[in-house]
Amino acid sequence: MAKLLEVRDLVIRFGLRTGEVTATSGVSFSLDRGERLGLVGESGAGKSVTGFSIINLISKPGYIASGEVNFNGENLARVSPERMRQIRGNRISMIFQDPMMTLNPVLTIGTQMTEVLHRHRPELSREQARDIALDKLRKVHIPSPEKRLEQYPHEFSGGMRQRIIIAIALLTDPELIIADEPTTALDVTIQAEIMDLLMELCEKDGMGLILITHDLAVVSQVTQNIAVMYAGRIVEKGPTSRVIAQPQHPYTRGLIAALPQSSRHGERLNQIPGMMPTLKDMPPGCAFNPRCPHVMEICHRQIPALRPGSNGNMAACHLYPEENAHE
Amino acid sequence: MSESLLSVRNLTRHFDISGGLLDQIRFSGGRFHRQKTLVRAVNNISFDILPGETFSVVGESGCGKSTLGRTIMGLYAPNAGEIHYRGDRIDNLDPRSLLPYRRKMQMVFQDPYASLNPRKTIRQTLEAPLRYHNPKLSNGEVQDRIEEVMLQVGSDPQWISRLPHEFSGGQRQRISIARALIVDPEFIVADEPISALDVSIQAQILNLMMDLQQQRGLAYLFVAHDLSVVEHISDRVGVMYLGTMCELAETAALFENPRHPYTRALMSAIPRLGGGPGGHVRLRGEVPTPINLPSGCVFHGRCPHANDRCRVEIPGLRRLDDGRQVACHGVEEGRI
Amino acid sequence: MSRLQTFRDSYLWYSFRRDKVAIASLVVLVLLVLMAVFAPLIAPYNPYDPEMIDIMNSEIPPAWEDGGTTAFLLGTDSQGRDMLSTMIYGMRISILIGIGAVALQAVLGVLIGLFAGYHGGRLDAFFMRAADVQLSFSYLMVAIFLSAILQAVVGVARFGEIAIPFLILVIGFSQWPQYARTVRASVLAERRKEYVEAARVAGFPSHRIILGQIFPNTLSPILVLSTIQVANAVMSEAALSFLGLGMPIDRPSLGSLINSGFEFIFSGAWWITVLPGVLLVILVLSINLLGDFLRDVFNPKLYKG
Repeated sequence: MAKLLEVRDLVIRFGLRTGEVTATSGVSFSLDRGERLGLVGESGAGKSVTGFSIINLISKPGYIASGEVNFNGENLARVSPERMRQIRGNRISMIFQDPMMTLNPVLTIGTQMTEVLHRHRPELSREQARDIALDKLRKVHIPSPEKRLEQYPHEFSGGMRQRIIIAIALLTDPELIIADEPTTALDVTIQAEIMDLLMELCEKDGMGLILITHDLAVVSQVTQNIAVMYAGRIVEKGPTSRVIAQPQHPYTRGLIAALPQSSRHGERLNQIPGMMPTLKDMPPGCAFNPRCPHVMEICHRQIPALRPGSNGNMAACHLYPEENAHE
Repeated sequence: MSESLLSVRNLTRHFDISGGLLDQIRFSGGRFHRQKTLVRAVNNISFDILPGETFSVVGESGCGKSTLGRTIMGLYAPNAGEIHYRGDRIDNLDPRSLLPYRRKMQMVFQDPYASLNPRKTIRQTLEAPLRYHNPKLSNGEVQDRIEEVMLQVGSDPQWISRLPHEFSGGQRQRISIARALIVDPEFIVADEPISALDVSIQAQILNLMMDLQQQRGLAYLFVAHDLSVVEHISDRVGVMYLGTMCELAETAALFENPRHPYTRALMSAIPRLGGGPGGHVRLRGEVPTPINLPSGCVFHGRCPHANDRCRVEIPGLRRLDDGRQVACHGVEEGRI
Repeated sequence: MSRLQTFRDSYLWYSFRRDKVAIASLVVLVLLVLMAVFAPLIAPYNPYDPEMIDIMNSEIPPAWEDGGTTAFLLGTDSQGRDMLSTMIYGMRISILIGIGAVALQAVLGVLIGLFAGYHGGRLDAFFMRAADVQLSFSYLMVAIFLSAILQAVVGVARFGEIAIPFLILVIGFSQWPQYARTVRASVLAERRKEYVEAARVAGFPSHRIILGQIFPNTLSPILVLSTIQVANAVMSEAALSFLGLGMPIDRPSLGSLINSGFEFIFSGAWWITVLPGVLLVILVLSINLLGDFLRDVFNPKLYKG
């Protein structure tokens, strides 16, 4: 069976007043039906812009310069805006960090939910739409949904709002949900509940999930596969457990070692020196070379391609021999 | 208790959000009366901080942990309770008599983009507090101190004539730390100092804070919501919920064997690298607002072990045999 | 050098270079201000010097009209003064009053806004209610009232001598609430930022925090407001002078020039009114267009006219 989503060699560029910059280059990954993929990286790594590009929602000076976004075999990078609107919010839904970005503060939850339904399924009657909305609210474990339908967004707590966003995302039974830092603004206890909910929904309904986050710990609990991004490129990808337990790329290794771990109380953390380069001052060769403990001469000249590392993870690093570089 | 650096006794801080006189007027029971709306951010909190230790306060947003730190620093006046620094009471001092303590107690803030004045060069930001507290320093001495502090926080002293917007978040946070260090304090309140930073930068700042603590014997009050960070760097931890301290213990004891039902729920929700999903304690209901505090134990509405006593009587922090303090009737009665 | 470099890299310079209207406005404004400043060097005649005025030259049309002469490029007014020179000197007075009044407004309003915004409470309530009251009646009413009293007390002749400081005071005092409100709004936003808390933790006294830390961060809205207020003040002065309550006719501002020509407009001597009117429009328009540009570059939310 074909992949649900296949992103191939995606290049996103921004036309800024100081010139063109490349936000992501050569980003490729794929997702099976019902698969949960984590897109991990620090701010500015290009993970959000990659997520947005899937549904063609990159904001103005940015554009897809080349590459393909195949969703069910249809290249979304090339479809008409009209076709995109049929897919976005219908076959693919998106969940953002700030629920208030999606919710209209002056409309009741019920109105907003039925509006979404009517846009994509105009044939539904009011009662049918309401029933679907109620069903989805129950699905995200919102107590007394009948009463909640009549309420406004400000009457909900942060965690509840994020549940409602998820309920809205579910309305059209999408095949894929893209969640961009869905729990970053929430407390840990609520974060745990939202993550449980997302996993439960994916497992029950066979939805695909792309979880975009900076939090390795969260990703490691929820997803089956991970793609780690650094400075606009995927530097490592593979099954979650293997990426976490045996990271291949020096950046992934550094990132994992930088996390505080209970067993090493009070010790100095392993830190990666320096900081990620900005889009405007990318170093030549591998973008990680100024911070890399294993930097070699070739790293300054050549951008490494993704190739299998010693354990089967794909890593974009010259440490791993070139011969393996065929997928 | 005389050896403690800072001791906080029954500290309470409320905020009046009722607005002007017109907003306060309510009509009920057939007549008008004036009603104030209070946010009870910090209620009756007591603890001690020892010299050179890291004491962390954790809790979820809105639990009053930031207010606690700011009240200790004198940014808010407490409504009740006392704050003692090396035995001297400081919460009732006027600004002038407080000055010597300002040198000893400093603060590092959460948002590296808001905590440096965008119109001041790094030199101006560092120089102002130094000269204010040490008016007799010569220009050369000031320059030396600035360079020394910049080096200590891992910044290049050549950068001092730049403006904050030329720096990354991590660099700004180093400069914020330098500003706190320049008056040579022995106690620093760090209010979420790394939560706005990227993971790889967080490790740099945490290492810096631990190094400085070793070099200078600093004591920290570390306010944070990131439990794994707190676990890593703290000697002792206090857990806050709705303005109340519900458990206070040595770090290892707290994380290995939390006793208070809220602490248990909190600890179980920490995402662990490679740990499986689920398995966390689910709490029912939502955090009540600090405007209408629940009666009795503030946690009773969400607590799986609550009984009638919890709904009526406020539990105090009680010291257990292993030295930890827990504010829970259930623990006291041996039910939990 | 590095400051110049910072400016050249700034968003302000970048947007300025791409905005033709802003460039044109700045060029026009700079030319007008230079003319006003160097009026004695530029103007062909001195309109204040009775020796140079000949009543026989009155109401000569501009050079391009029938009966015009190149000796008086833009013609003469009813007293035989050269229009060009009188307009340049008049613009000088208009700009002087405009800038003086705005300086007064700014000092008053900024100080009140800073301290009221930072301290809040009763001080804030008092000044903001005072500002509401002040803005709820027209400054023209007050100005008419005061200048009528003043003219009665000191006499019309003496009034001419003190007209400039009087106009500065009237326009200055009537408009401080604009500044106070704008500054207060940005102080309320700045006050919550952590750098202010850091200054308090350092132990600085409040006046030092207000003037040394917060004030520099309110400068952009003040700048935007000031351009608009200068234009307003020039117009206010013109309005008062037009009503005969401002500058006397022997030391005319643009407003009193327009007024003085008004009675001749139907006798055919249109230039005495129209030319100073055009100059006033050009002056105010160039300032306002620059103000719009600045408002767009800085935060557009800070000042809504």
